[in-house]
Amino acid sequence: METIEPLLAEHPIFHGIDPKYISLMVGCASNVRFNAGEFVVHDGDKDNEFYLIRHGTVALDVYSPTKGPITFLTLGPGEVMGWEWLVPPYQTQGDARALDLVRAVKIDATCLRAKFEHDHELERELLKRFVPIITERLKALTIQLLDVYAPRAHKSSF
Amino acid sequence: MTPRPFRVKRTYAETDDTFTLELEPERPEEGFAFAAGQFNMLYAYGVGEVPISISGDPLKPLPLIHTTRSVGLVTEALRRLKKGDLIGVRGPFGTSWPVIPARGSDVVIVAGGIGLAPLRPALYHVLRNREDYGQIALLYGTRTPSDMLFTKELEQWRGRFDMDVGITVDRATGSWRGNVGVVTRLISRAPFDPHNTVAMVCGPEIMMRYTVMELTKRGVPESRVFVSMERNMKCGIGLCGHCQFGPSFICKDGPVYPHDVLTPWLRRWEI
Repeated sequence: METIEPLLAEHPIFHGIDPKYISLMVGCASNVRFNAGEFVVHDGDKDNEFYLIRHGTVALDVYSPTKGPITFLTLGPGEVMGWEWLVPPYQTQGDARALDLVRAVKIDATCLRAKFEHDHELERELLKRFVPIITERLKALTIQLLDVYAPRAHKSSF
Repeated sequence: MTPRPFRVKRTYAETDDTFTLELEPERPEEGFAFAAGQFNMLYAYGVGEVPISISGDPLKPLPLIHTTRSVGLVTEALRRLKKGDLIGVRGPFGTSWPVIPARGSDVVIVAGGIGLAPLRPALYHVLRNREDYGQIALLYGTRTPSDMLFTKELEQWRGRFDMDVGITVDRATGSWRGNVGVVTRLISRAPFDPHNTVAMVCGPEIMMRYTVMELTKRGVPESRVFVSMERNMKCGIGLCGHCQFGPSFICKDGPVYPHDVLTPWLRRWEI
C-alpha cells in the first residue's frame, strides 16, 4: 500500500532527517488539495495544522480595515505554511488562500504535539527546522517594512 | 571634462516617476562606446549634472539610453526634456560588470527597483553570448507591480527557455497574481551552482546587503558577488573626492566592485 511517507521525506524541511522521525509523523499527515481562490486557513482559526506545499502558490494575507486584505507573502513548492501551532494559544494570524491549484501535505499539529510528549527528540528535531524558517520570514518582513524602494522623503541633490 | 552635446531623440515614461532618455550625439563622427555597468554624467543645461548609469545595449551604443528616476532638481529637469532638446554628456566612466570573466560560470542577476537599469546592459551581453554561460537567472524585486521597469522585455525574458526569471513585489496591488515578498527570498529557489556562479547585484544599498547575505549563505563566494555602488559622484574621474568611499573613489574605482573589497568599509557610519 502506498503511504504518504515518501512525500514527507522528500520535502526540503525534512532534508537529511532520520527516517524514524518521518515514520513517527506519518500518522499525523494527510494529502490535501485546494482550488484557486479557496482558503487554506482563516485568521483566528485554531492552528492545529501546518502544510508542506508540494505544488502551487499560497498567498498570506492580513486584513486592513482601510485597505482590505493585503498579501504580504506568497509561498511556493518546497515551503512550509504555518508555525503558530508551535506556541500557545495555537491560533492562526491572518488568512491563507490558494492562488492556483495547491497540493500539500497537511500535518495535524494536535497529533504531533501529543507525540512530542513522548518523544522530546522529535520535538527538538522539528524546532531546529522551524526556527530558521521563522527567523528568515521575520528578516524578510523587516526588509519589507523598510520599504527600500520608496521615493526619498527629501528631494535629493540629483 | 567638457560635456559633449547630445540631442534627445526620444523620451518616455517607464513608471510614474521613472523615465528613459534616448540621446543622439551632435557630432556622431566622434562615436561612443561603453561597457555594461558604466555611467555618464548628464548635464541638464543651467540646472546641474548628475551621474546616471547607461541602460542600453553595449553593442548598439547609439542612441545612448539612460533610464532614471526623478528624485531631485536635476533629474526632474531631465524628465521634462522633449524631443530635440540639447543635453551635455560626459563619460562613460567607471568599472563594468564582469561579463567576460563570468564566461563558463552560471550568472545570477539580482535587481531591486531602478537597479534593473544598470544591469540591463549586462543581461543583453550574456543573452547575446548565451553559449558562453551556464545557467542564467534574473531575480527582480520592486515595491509594487506598477514600479516594474522594462515590462515588455521582462515578458520576453520570462518566455525564454534558456534563462530563469523570478519576479516579486513587496506589496501586491490590483490583480497581481505573482510572488509577494522581498527579492532575497527568490535566491534559495533559483537554479544555479553556487560554487561556479558570478552574481551581479544592483538596488538600494540595504537590499544589496541582504542579497549578498543570502548569496553567501547559499555558497557563492563574496569575491564572485559584484555590486554597483551609488554615491555623490561629481567629477567622474576621481579628482574632486565627493564620492570617496574608504580608500577608493566610486566614480573611478567603481561603481561596480567585487563585494569582498567593500566589506571592511560598508558598516562604518563615518564613511
